[in-house]
Order: sequence, then C-alpha cells, then structure tokens
Amino acid sequence: MVKVVKPPRNDKLPLTRPVIGVAGKTGLWRNMKPLVNNVKCTRCYQCEIYCPVNAINVEPETGAMINYDYCKGCGLCMDVCPSGAITMIPETGE
Amino acid sequence: MLYEIIFLGRGGQGGVTASNILVQAAIYENKYGQGFPFFGAERRGAPVAAYARISDKPILRHGMFNEADILVILDDSLIKLGIVKKYTVRDNGTLIINTPEKTIPRDQVSTRGKVNVYAVNATMIARELGLIVAGWPLVNTPMLGALSAATRLVSLENIEKATLYYFGSKLGAKNVEAIKRAYMETMYLSEV
Amino acid sequence: MGLRVALTGNHAVAYAVKLADPDVIAAYPITPQTSIVEKLAELIDKGELRARMIRVESEHSALAACFGAAVAGARTFTATSSQGLLYMHEFVHWVSRARIPVVMAIVSRTINTPWNIWPDHSDFVDQRDAGWVMSYAMDSQEAFDLTLQAFKVSEDPSVYLPVMVGLEGFIIGHTAMPVEIPDENIVKEWLGERRQPYVIDGSEPLGLGGLTFPEDTEDMFYHIQEAMNNAKNVIKKVDEEYGKLFGRKYGGLVSCYNCIDAKYIAISMGAWSGDLVEAVDKLREEGYPVGALRIRYYRPFPAEDIWEIVRNAKGIVVFDRAISFGAWGQIYTDLVAGFSLYTNKLPQMANIVAGIAGVNVISEDFYGILKSFIDKSESGTLERNYFAWIKVRR
Repeated sequence: MVKVVKPPRNDKLPLTRPVIGVAGKTGLWRNMKPLVNNVKCTRCYQCEIYCPVNAINVEPETGAMINYDYCKGCGLCMDVCPSGAITMIPETGE
Repeated sequence: MLYEIIFLGRGGQGGVTASNILVQAAIYENKYGQGFPFFGAERRGAPVAAYARISDKPILRHGMFNEADILVILDDSLIKLGIVKKYTVRDNGTLIINTPEKTIPRDQVSTRGKVNVYAVNATMIARELGLIVAGWPLVNTPMLGALSAATRLVSLENIEKATLYYFGSKLGAKNVEAIKRAYMETMYLSEV
Repeated sequence: MGLRVALTGNHAVAYAVKLADPDVIAAYPITPQTSIVEKLAELIDKGELRARMIRVESEHSALAACFGAAVAGARTFTATSSQGLLYMHEFVHWVSRARIPVVMAIVSRTINTPWNIWPDHSDFVDQRDAGWVMSYAMDSQEAFDLTLQAFKVSEDPSVYLPVMVGLEGFIIGHTAMPVEIPDENIVKEWLGERRQPYVIDGSEPLGLGGLTFPEDTEDMFYHIQEAMNNAKNVIKKVDEEYGKLFGRKYGGLVSCYNCIDAKYIAISMGAWSGDLVEAVDKLREEGYPVGALRIRYYRPFPAEDIWEIVRNAKGIVVFDRAISFGAWGQIYTDLVAGFSLYTNKLPQMANIVAGIAGVNVISEDFYGILKSFIDKSESGTLERNYFAWIKVRR
C-alpha cells in the first residue's frame, strides 16, 4: 500500500493539474472558419476523430457540430471530410 | 588466525560450491569466512581456482591470491600440466590432493618452508556412491571431508551440516556419505 | 539474533530487497550484477517474493519502468553496473528530479572502452551530480543493511529522493560472506508502508514534468539540495534505529578506525577499506600514529562529519578508485571543496588514484604508500600536497 504524504517544507513538485480553458477561448485565434453543410454530411465521424482540439461533435440528427469557442480554424476537418461537406470561409465572413 | 585456501580444479567441478560450503561451516563455528570464484570468465573443463578465507575475526582483506595456507587439488591431472606449481603453499601449510597415487612429483609443487601432503581418492569414492553429474564424479564435497581430516580447520560435523543446508536433505545425504568416507580415508603422504 | 548464512554481496542485496517487499522489479542483466536479479526471479518463482518482475530490453527501460510504477505508488527496485548504468543515466536524473523514491543497487564495474568486467568506482561516482542519495558497502552484511535502509531513507518525507547502494563487482558481489538476516516481521513493521509526495493512479488528472518556467524550476532543484541536507540527519537516525532493532550500527555517514588520536588519516570507500585497515594496523604496531576513515555515504557528501574527525590531523591521504579525466579523484575533489568551507588552512594532503579497472590493491600496497607519505611528512621533505596515480603491478 502507498500513502501520499506531502514533504514537510512544502517542496515544489513538478506536477500540474489540468484547468479547463487555461489558454482562454482559443476560438479567438481563428482567421478561417469551417462551415458544415448538414445535407452533404454523412455522419462518418472522420472530422470528430481528427479535430486536434476536440471541437467537433457529430450527432445523427444534427450532423457535425463545431464548437466555435475553441475551434482554431486549422482546416483539418475540411481535408478529411470525404463528402466535401465542410468549407473554410474567412472569419470575418468576407 | 586467518587461513587462505585455494581449491584448484576444472570449471564445473564445484570448487566455488566447496568454498561456499566451507564458509557456511565456519559460520556454524562462529567464525568468519569469504568464499569466491576466480574473478572472470570460466569454461567447463578449463583449469580454474576457487578461493576461501577462514578466520576467527572479521576478514578485512579482499581479492584473489596465489599463495595459500591450504591448497586443495580437485583434479590431479593438473599436477603434470604444471598448473599446480603456479600456486604456492606457505610454510606449515597443507596440500590435499584427490589422487590414487602415493607420491607426488616434487618439482610440480611450489612451497615455502615445510608443507604436509595428504591424499584421498575422492574420485573413486564419488563413483562408488554414484555421485556423478553429467559424467563428472562430484569430488568437491568429499574433498571438504579431506580438508577437515587433514587440517581440522572446521569440524566434520559442521561440514556435513553446511552440505545439508546447501543441497537440501535428499541430495545432501548422498554428499554427506561421500564426505564421511573421504574423512576416514584421507592419508598423510609426506612432508615436502 | 537472526539467521546467519553465507551469502555473496549480490545475494545479500537480493534478500534485503525480499524483506522490503517491493511491488515491481524491472531489470536487465549485466555482469557483475546479474545474480541479484536472478536470485530475485528465483524467489518470485518460489512464491517467497510477491513482486511483479518486468523483463525489459535495456537498462534505460528498466529504470523507466521502475519510475513509472513508482509514480503509480509501487515500491520498486532495480540493479545495474557500468554500461547499463550509463545507458539509464538520463533516467537517473529523471527520477531524482521528480522526487520519487526508488532504490537501485550498483554493482561497480569499470567503464568501457575497452571491454572490462572488473571493479572500480567509476560507474558509481559518475552519478554523483544527479541528486540520488548514494551509499557504498564494504562487505555482504553492509550491502544487505544499506539496501534495507535505502528504502527507509528514500521514503522519508523530508528526503523523498531515490537511493543507490554500491558494492564492488566480484570482490563483494561474488564473494560469499556471513550475513545475518533479520526477522521479516520486525523489518516490515519498521519499514512501514510506502510514502511518496504524490501518486498518479488515475483517480485525478495530473501532469508530471510539464514545461516549467525558470524560477519555478530553480525552486524545485533548490528543494532537492535542501532534501539532501535533511538526508544527513535521516541517515543517522535510520542507522541508530537499525542498531537498536537489529544489533548493527555503523556510525552514520562515515566510519572511523583508530582515528581519534591519529596524526595521519587515510580516507577510502568500498571493499579495499578493509585492506587499508590491515595496513593501518601494521603501521600502528611500528609506531605510526595513523587511522583509517571510511566513507559510507558519498551523497550527501559528509564534509562536516569528516572535518570534525580530521581537523587536528597533520596529513590526510585520500584513496580514489576512480578518476575524473583531466582532473583528480572524485572523492578528493569533493573532500577538498567541502573542507574549504570550514577552514582556510588545509592539512597536508595527497590524492592517490589506484586500483582502476580492477587492478588488485592489497594491504602491502597501502602500507608502502602510507609509510612513504608519513615518513616524508615527518622529515619535512613533503613540500606540497600532491596527486599521484599509482599503477600497482606484481
């Protein structure tokens, strides 16, 4: 058995605990934005698997749903989508 | 008192085992000991030495040596090969040989001062008792009986006890028989 | 009084590990360490040791596996020598800087090139900067005791540093000597359950060793230095407790022989300290006022303890069984640096490097070297401190 006992002088240890959104809402970093065509989307889940920041959730009814709070606009989802359901547009909509 | 002992034999004959059993026997007599192999690679069949030190005080020195108070020859074929004379027996020391011969070639042995020579045919004892492993007669344990008979360094009883501890009661019992016989049959040959 | 058995240094370490009841052992064989792990594997096979053994493909993986298991809360052990130790060198630093208690046995063997299996201290002292507590044995019994005490020292919350126990390959590792094995129930109660500063066991998300800015990192390393200082007291306390419970006390970080009224003191570490004591005895019979001081713990370096003993000596000879190429013996270097913090006036000193790569040095050699030093010092012909690498040949 093992017991966790803190060192007496409160020595600094090389540990980190995860905090949600510690870098802030990374969606603010975007300058390109993905748009999903719900009709073309076949719910294949490739975009959800490959999104590097876990910002896509695929549901059977809604298709691919992008969390724009954290999507950084890298465009991988568009690259892996086999049905061309995702397009990247400039962030400002222009 | 500090005795330095060399077991000279061939790789696989059990010289190291003999030195370890000797140390265990010394422990039973509240003595101190060191037992160790040649420091390096060994090959089955090649001439090799094993070492032991026995003392009534903690032993401070370490490492191999080639001068001994007691030299035990497990394999007498090493004599005429000139291997035995590479090791020197000290004044008042003892040379114990596993051999059926009653004399030894004086020029094949290196001594300082007066040395007592003993012999026993441990090979024949091992064969007669069926103590054979991989074709080799087990002479290391009976030679410990011979060592006890010739020098009284440790008692026969403690050699037997250490052998039983080392080998367990079944295999140990056969070894103990051989040890007893060698103890009885060890003969003083001469002084050189 | 426990059971007294003839055990090689390596097997003594294995039996001490058995009594410490580790959870995980990960190791890779190398001459002259292999019989430690072989014996542990045999004990596991016989059901006498419940540890899980991981047969890894290299020493780097061995320490990494021990580290991973230790972080998850396991008491772990590994053993290595020479090239194997150098192969895991990265992880040697990793473990101490993570403040995770681990125990490792180093069966000393010199460092290649060329291929050489014989002992000196070079592999051991090569790790001196990493932050491990380091101890060195002089015989099988001490190898046993130091290994058992290593678990107690490393898991002490005011230390929380891994410990390596050294012993010379062949000279101690392969040499059977009497070892008394204490009662395992008393040991179990004395060692207690394992303590460590944190555990990563899946119960909460934790990151270990992430990118850390300079100031925080320096704080962490500063605390390691403080832990090393605490270790000195913990080591002495453990030595006392062990003495009371099991009847063997060694005197702390260093061990002194005939030092009290000695005008000249010889300092050494490891098995040849015994041969040195034989030489000291002979010199004493001839009227030379000489004593021997043996270093048991090399890290934390016991500079104050040594200075207390030698402060009134006229001359000191430090024997090193290793060399820092381009400089001097490592013990001598640490010793002089330590002394410089206590005095502006050093006694007459000599650093003798010998016994390198397994060359056998016996008491007659120590006798000659010490006699020569003392004679020169007494006759006033020793002008200055000196370094000499003495190649003993027969």
